[in-house]
Amino acid sequence: MSRRFINLRPGRGGRIAWGALPFVIAIAVYFAFSAVRLADNPNDKLLPGLASFGAAIDRMAFTRDMRTGDILLWLDTFASLQRLLLGLGAATILGLVIGISIGVIPYIRAGLSPFVAVLSMIPPMAVLPILFIVFGLEELSKVVLIVIGVSPFLIRDLALRVREMPNELLIKAETLGASTWQIILRVILPQTLPRLADSLRLSLGPAWLFLISAEAIAATDGLGYRIFLMRRYLAMDVILPYVAWITILAFVMDWLLRLFNRRCFPWLATGEA
Amino acid sequence: MSQVSVRNLWMEYPGQVVLERVNLEIPSGEFCVLIGPSGCGKTTFLRLLLSMEQPTRGAILLDGETLPREPGPDRGVVFQRYSVFPHLTVVGNVILGLEFAGSPALGKLFGAARRNVIAEADRVIEAVGLASARDKYPAQLSGGMQQRLAIAQTLIRKPKLLLLDEPFGALDPGTKQQMYELVTRLWREEKVTVFMVTHDLKEGFTLATRVLTFDKVRIDPDAPGAYGATVTFDLSVKRQKDKLA
Repeated sequence: MSRRFINLRPGRGGRIAWGALPFVIAIAVYFAFSAVRLADNPNDKLLPGLASFGAAIDRMAFTRDMRTGDILLWLDTFASLQRLLLGLGAATILGLVIGISIGVIPYIRAGLSPFVAVLSMIPPMAVLPILFIVFGLEELSKVVLIVIGVSPFLIRDLALRVREMPNELLIKAETLGASTWQIILRVILPQTLPRLADSLRLSLGPAWLFLISAEAIAATDGLGYRIFLMRRYLAMDVILPYVAWITILAFVMDWLLRLFNRRCFPWLATGEA
Repeated sequence: MSQVSVRNLWMEYPGQVVLERVNLEIPSGEFCVLIGPSGCGKTTFLRLLLSMEQPTRGAILLDGETLPREPGPDRGVVFQRYSVFPHLTVVGNVILGLEFAGSPALGKLFGAARRNVIAEADRVIEAVGLASARDKYPAQLSGGMQQRLAIAQTLIRKPKLLLLDEPFGALDPGTKQQMYELVTRLWREEKVTVFMVTHDLKEGFTLATRVLTFDKVRIDPDAPGAYGATVTFDLSVKRQKDKLA
């Protein structure tokens, strides 16, 4: 008798091969269609071939711009990452402080939790014009958009996580003589930080979305700005490498947060007590 | 000294009386076991002793004074689960109470102060038989070892009362027997007054110097919540000392 499918597992090599397969298929399909179109019209811009990509990457990432003397990819990357990290950093601090306060202190929960619940329902993109009016078209409005977009989620997620903690642990800390502040510092915070890193990983997607939207609308540099600028010239040979680059950056950030959890919280790997 | 008086205690929830007319005088150093059927208020009584809830009427006095309205270091507790902090090692869990006392701002001690509390913690860890596991995290310990840790963590603050809420309910018989010996020894050494909730009659009579059974004396079949439980039997038990050294 053959075994059930749910019991058949790929080996180590098999997992790598199966994991690589969709990538290989996607790339093969792209270049197949690209070859067909290029055979028809060597100047086709929609699905450029390897040579065009190579030239575009060389132009954007390794050659100084003739007008400004900047290397555009690095300029854009630096500008975008700065906005993203500032926004995520501010959102993280807000999430930690407000989320834990709402979770731990009943009076703050009663006061803030309905307000945050309503706030989190406002579509951030809908207030982007307001941000442009209030904070101007410079850096601040883009950072604030990320903060507004991400922090309500972080706040609510952390507050929930704190409330999920077994009440017994808090009572136990009280019987050991801990004050509210000591409980937050020694019991709540260490147990919510890993969750914070996980929520941040989930927030990376929305954060990039808000960043690129804001850059598309009003910016003079940044990865999102460049992509939308290049759209006017139908420059797929630049847009596609930029998209790949953004994906790599997001993936690395996700991986770093996962590494942070594994390194800083060895007790996580030991499972639930 | 850790003498407990319960004066005409009532605990009511909306539409339901849980405890009524509970009166007790417990002298210092007693080992009280609370037994009774499920839902008869013995855990509620323990929660009242812990100040997790406030009685509707009446009062509990500890050494002649009404209990504070919130849990504190005068009353230690071991629950059936979630009694230890999963993010701290065995040593970290045990020194925590001393760190709270010694460092109001950070709840964490450093340097010589830390070495001192670790030395103190190591003695307690040794006493509960966890010396070989002192750097492990709770999730790496068996259920019995976790409860030993919970007891060690509680005793380091030298509470007047030790409250145990079905602490051995999830343990296997062999481990239970070891825990009985441990708890008995620590109870004698620390001279602490113990209140323990259990379902297990045999466990109760093995450990207790006093067995308190909770049950309802009046039942209205049309309104099951109308009457609460009270202490129906209050037995002093002579412990067979040779059985549990």
